[in-house]
Amino acid sequence: MAKVKGDVVIDIERCKGCEVCTTACPNEVLAMSTQVNSKGYRFVVKVNADCIGCANCAIVCPDGVITVYKSKV
Amino acid sequence: MEQNFDLPEIHTPENLVYTKTKVLTDNVMHYCPGCGHGTVHRLIAEVIDEMGIQDQVIGVAPVGCSVLAYNYFDIDMQEAAHGRAPALATGIKRVFPEKFVFTYQGDGDLAAIGTAETIHACNRGENITIIFINNGIYGMTGGQMAPTTLPGMPTSTSPYGRDVKMMGNPLKITELVAMLPGTYFVTRQAVHTPALVRKTKKAIRMAFENQKLNRGVSFVEIVSNCNSGWKLTPVQAIKWLEENMLPFYPLGDLKVNGEMVSK
Repeated sequence: MAKVKGDVVIDIERCKGCEVCTTACPNEVLAMSTQVNSKGYRFVVKVNADCIGCANCAIVCPDGVITVYKSKV
Repeated sequence: MEQNFDLPEIHTPENLVYTKTKVLTDNVMHYCPGCGHGTVHRLIAEVIDEMGIQDQVIGVAPVGCSVLAYNYFDIDMQEAAHGRAPALATGIKRVFPEKFVFTYQGDGDLAAIGTAETIHACNRGENITIIFINNGIYGMTGGQMAPTTLPGMPTSTSPYGRDVKMMGNPLKITELVAMLPGTYFVTRQAVHTPALVRKTKKAIRMAFENQKLNRGVSFVEIVSNCNSGWKLTPVQAIKWLEENMLPFYPLGDLKVNGEMVSK
């Protein structure tokens, strides 16, 4: 079976740090940063390389912060 | 400093699974972190994009948290007086019967001050779509009790919880409008998990498609969270919503193709 690799691109300046995406991710790829963006919100970052490109994080994100890519390798 | 897990080599257009739709403008929404309004805005914009009706749709913005909805949709929109969105949508639809007309209203707008307009527009069977966001509280004005507030739910005007003996019972307006002959599609959905977001998107798509049939009102209630009004974090608010809101406001279709759904 072909292995699927995914990646997310996070627009950190739009992120409000609500953490809804971190609970939606099946592989616990996303977590909150220790830094803040220009509005003072802790933004979401990738903490491992297990993304499968399921887009669950992107479709629950209220602010449309996340762009998802998926590829077979 | 966080470790870098980027895979720039797969960032190509053919690998793109999901990105923010162009029907939403690039303005940063003013909603609180984790608010369901943003998700519902995005779903409506995606449905408009997928149906290819960006130049044929007219939205009506309410008064409430979503009063500035017209800043976020790249479509024609009109602001209504408080609660009067269904009346305004009626007028717009009668002047432009070929356009897709929708209202976007919260519970303070639709189920309190706008009850008369909502019920009469639904009873007349106007060929419009009503998107109703129910978070059980007046979010914009500081978390006061709304008609949809649950029994026992604390708000800033009912700090010991809603006492139904003194303050009356919550209004299930979606059940009410489902009984009216003018409604064609009535459903209740939520947007706090990925699976429910996908179902809600299908319901909104159906509500817009129904306008081609000219059979009556399509009414989509979305049970949402109000983290600021409920005084919870977004993740806690989602848990509270599942434990308290959903038993009182059960999800599912109430009326499909003009027929009541038997449960």
